[in-house]
Amino acid sequence: MTTIVVFVEHSKGQARRASLEALGAAKAAGARVVAAVEGSDAQAVASTLGRFGAERVAVFAGDGRVSADRSARDLAALVREEGATACFAAATSSGKSLMPRIAATLDSTLHSDCTGLDLTGGAPKVVRPWLAGKLIATLESSAPVLCATLRPNTFAVQEGSGSAEIVAKPSSSDLKALLVSIEAKTGGKLDVKEAPIVVSGGRGMKAPEHFALIEELAAAFGNAAVGASRAVVDAGWRPHAEQVGQTGKTVSPQLYIAVGISGAIQHLAGMRTAKTIVAINKDADAPIFKVADYGLVGDAFEIVPALTAAVKAIRAQR
Amino acid sequence: MNIVACVKRVPVTEAQPKIAADGKSVDATGFEYMLSFYDDLAVEEAIRAKEKLGGEVTVLTLGASEASKELRDALAKGADKATVLKDPNWAARDARSTAKVLAKKLQELGAEVVFMGRVATDRDNAAVGPYVATVLGWACVTDVVKLELAAGKGKAWRETEDGVETIEFALPAVITCDKGLNEPRYSGLKGIMAAKKKPIDEVAFDDVANQQSVAKLEFPPRRKDGRIVGQGAAGVPALIDALRNEAKVL
Repeated sequence: MTTIVVFVEHSKGQARRASLEALGAAKAAGARVVAAVEGSDAQAVASTLGRFGAERVAVFAGDGRVSADRSARDLAALVREEGATACFAAATSSGKSLMPRIAATLDSTLHSDCTGLDLTGGAPKVVRPWLAGKLIATLESSAPVLCATLRPNTFAVQEGSGSAEIVAKPSSSDLKALLVSIEAKTGGKLDVKEAPIVVSGGRGMKAPEHFALIEELAAAFGNAAVGASRAVVDAGWRPHAEQVGQTGKTVSPQLYIAVGISGAIQHLAGMRTAKTIVAINKDADAPIFKVADYGLVGDAFEIVPALTAAVKAIRAQR
Repeated sequence: MNIVACVKRVPVTEAQPKIAADGKSVDATGFEYMLSFYDDLAVEEAIRAKEKLGGEVTVLTLGASEASKELRDALAKGADKATVLKDPNWAARDARSTAKVLAKKLQELGAEVVFMGRVATDRDNAAVGPYVATVLGWACVTDVVKLELAAGKGKAWRETEDGVETIEFALPAVITCDKGLNEPRYSGLKGIMAAKKKPIDEVAFDDVANQQSVAKLEFPPRRKDGRIVGQGAAGVPALIDALRNEAKVL
């Protein structure tokens, strides 16, 4: 049986959902799954990972210092120690920063942002978007270790009743770069890449203050993040962290609501893999309606508050 | 300071790829190209580093000779010289092989700080920056939105899902540039004239074999046809009904 090492991110005592999805992908591939968690507060998270497919959890409690080069060295050492043939992380900021370094340490190439895996025999294959999602590529890997980051909201979490053996691991020293502080996001807002629902606004919102309507709709869902088109980010109305598109983030939520966004190619590249797409636009000929499952034509300033009220009413019934 | 910006020439955003007859390569006939969006930020940051700390900026690319057009523009903006590692196979090159070829050249150039885009907008790997740094045993900070450089060290701010991290690092280092780090300048007439006299070297390199090959290319599955559920606020109940009972996302 092959072994797969999965890097699991966590915050506030909870594993990141995208990391649980990566564990699920490894489990679904039929592998023996070894999870790796870092940090002095990792113990509590470690004890939960057996339920999500891990047979063993390596805990790097560390010395309080955070450094991507050290994490990569520690993870690569774990991959070797466990004789793993693959190493996965979620395609998040941390995963994308860490995995190339792990791959380099293992002299293996990296497959980024994978949406499919086939480890059933022969050379391992991964599936991923190609040329900004205009094509889908199946790639064959001849790397000694299959290093991959997995696109959030794509692989299923496999929750069961397993339990994992927990082993403490020493962290290496010699840090080339060191995290000195984190300025946390205000209000614990969900990230646009990971949220199951994304409500995005574009130039059709007419002015930055009108994004309050978008924020209220996102808040009504309770589990939605606010996104933005390139035009409104370039205009300085919204922060770049919210930009969805080729020069922003690529998202695959369950539900994507585009409000006042025309649907330029650059935007479609970032959201066309959403499960369900809703477009709200006053221009019935806007290209966004070509990819939308459901469209509402009309004034966003009337439609969005009505939609917010309707969503609130549904949530209040539960 | 010896500063290098690594850049890539990529198909323009509007490029509509066709799949070649072999089913696994892109028919690039009629493609137009541009400098990858984030690499523009890398060139700008390299020039700013030179303006602040002195030294020289080299622009380096692994790709087709035609990339000299994009390199010439970087020279017009203020970079001093450029190198093309001539690569007829650039479109098939994987992250490891790209990084190892670049790492060797960066070492030869004596680079102290290397700027790259956060990600190249054709392949979306976001791998080469940290991969190069690891091969060379250097520091690397990815997705940088603010940077302070000094002799031998630096401080960078990077954007993550949870907020903005501040990271201190030692040089040499690789910095990958995210939107917000700077506003790239335009090349002026004076710069364009000066760039004509600046050198662009085209050199060969020792190849590193790929570990990744394309087995198949497909177009993404066509989304099922959507429909307009209504006009104005009066259409909201129909939308809610579709989301609850058809899409089952509410």
